[in-house]
Amino acid sequence: MSLTREEVLHVARLARLALTEEEVERFREQLSAILEAVGTVGELDLADVAPTSHPLDVVNVWAEDEPRPSLDVEEALANAPERDGNFFRVPPA
Amino acid sequence: MIDTLRLSAEEAMKLVDRGEVSSAELHASYLAAIGERDPELHAYLRTIEASDGGGVPIALKDLITTRGVETTAGSKILAGYIPLFDSTVASRCRRAGLPFLGKTNMDEFAMGSSTENSAFGPTRNPWDPERVPGGSSGGSAAAVAAGLAPWALGSDTGGSVKQPASLCGIVGLRPTYGTVSRYGIVAFASSLDQIGPMTKTVRDCALLYRIIAGRDPCDSTTVDLPHPVEIPEREDLKGLRIGVAKEMAEADGIEPGVRDAVDRAIELARGLGAEVGECALPRSMRYGLPCYYLVAPSEASSNLARYDGVRYGFRASEDDRVRMYERTRDEGFGDEPKRRVMLGTYALSAGYYEAYYGQAQKVRTIIRDEHARAFERFDLLLSATSPTVAFRLGERTQNPLAMYLSDLLTIPANMAGLPSLSIPCGLSEGLPVGLQLIGPQFSENTLFGAAHALERALAFDYVPERLR
Repeated sequence: MSLTREEVLHVARLARLALTEEEVERFREQLSAILEAVGTVGELDLADVAPTSHPLDVVNVWAEDEPRPSLDVEEALANAPERDGNFFRVPPA
Repeated sequence: MIDTLRLSAEEAMKLVDRGEVSSAELHASYLAAIGERDPELHAYLRTIEASDGGGVPIALKDLITTRGVETTAGSKILAGYIPLFDSTVASRCRRAGLPFLGKTNMDEFAMGSSTENSAFGPTRNPWDPERVPGGSSGGSAAAVAAGLAPWALGSDTGGSVKQPASLCGIVGLRPTYGTVSRYGIVAFASSLDQIGPMTKTVRDCALLYRIIAGRDPCDSTTVDLPHPVEIPEREDLKGLRIGVAKEMAEADGIEPGVRDAVDRAIELARGLGAEVGECALPRSMRYGLPCYYLVAPSEASSNLARYDGVRYGFRASEDDRVRMYERTRDEGFGDEPKRRVMLGTYALSAGYYEAYYGQAQKVRTIIRDEHARAFERFDLLLSATSPTVAFRLGERTQNPLAMYLSDLLTIPANMAGLPSLSIPCGLSEGLPVGLQLIGPQFSENTLFGAAHALERALAFDYVPERLR
């Protein structure tokens, strides 16, 4: 299993990571080795096996829809890298 | 003067109850010990000077959200983040009167087995500062082992409580999934993350578990404990059936000194009255690690999508919004989170989902079933916690796969949602060896009882030799 440079760049774009040139090559090698190792799960024929997404047999946990206090605007913006009035400020698209 | 190196949390509690020492004096004694020994070890990212509550102080891994106290999960991307709320485990500790000593170092986002992936520098092992304390809860483990906290909380996804407990010679519990709230825990892999106690003794471990466990309306994956937590007093193992999986005992990479210590513990268990027999977990051992390194990174790639530089934490300065996201994440995350986010993104992407993530979820079913069959014949399973004793700093940082093998023996039980506990069972090359006990879901009381009997018989001295 060997990833191409293009595949690494595609995955990095999906994950919103602007990799440096040095990182692209390093991660290409490391991820190829890791994928090779984890790809062994494909050896098993599991067509009839149900998937497990959660370790406990818990389904549909309901709660009453009761309003509770939430953060006020000042608190919500307290950690903002940049704010503009009552908004988080971000660069334009 | 309080001997923080030797004092267990239970003994500290008695001193406070008898009025011999105040909670504030205890807190001050630990801060003094931190001032003395932590410059070398770097177990703490920050200490907390104020002592609130009348009980025994505690250290918290830095992914446990604490109101008003910076919480970084060991990442530059969260540097400077001051939470507006308490995690449920933090508020339960507060309610029990446990003052906070500080926030402990960790591998970034709990991704790692050595604490070398912290953006703020590694933690060192109190038994030998040239070696790692394990990880990702290495700061909590080192703090307890070096007498810089009477007890601590860590988190365990693939082995992040058990493995550092093993490498630092202390007790660590990974509870049954769903018994401890994850509300306010910086998320890594949500179907696996669990908060667990890290302590000097098994009784301390049960006392702390009793404080943090229980259903929480803020985390819908939590459940009520079927039985109240019992503080163990058991001194023998009569009537207990213990299984030793051949594939775990003979796994590649287990050091001879580790094997010897575990074999001696098994003999001791027999001497205490346990029936010990062999069992088989072939597919759990062969496919556990690959399964984990598909499921956990997939969940991580989703959980870490929230770090975009908009609402909190680090932001790279850029004029274009998408460029801002991409540069923030590239500069804010270290190598390990980037590797895992990319691995998970790949495993979940169109065309690969069924072959990787979908297949891994089915393997997880196989692992659960295999363990369930073992528990038809045995009450507990027993193995080494880590294949090796503490390794040297830098030894595995260039090879991610070698680092991943640190969790070879802890991962299968975690994939199955089972509780497991590590206790020190001896030394190899002068460094602690951990013994892993695994039980069926909700069998914590059985684990505590058996571990307590073994702990007494093993008589391991948890104070690192060089600090005695």
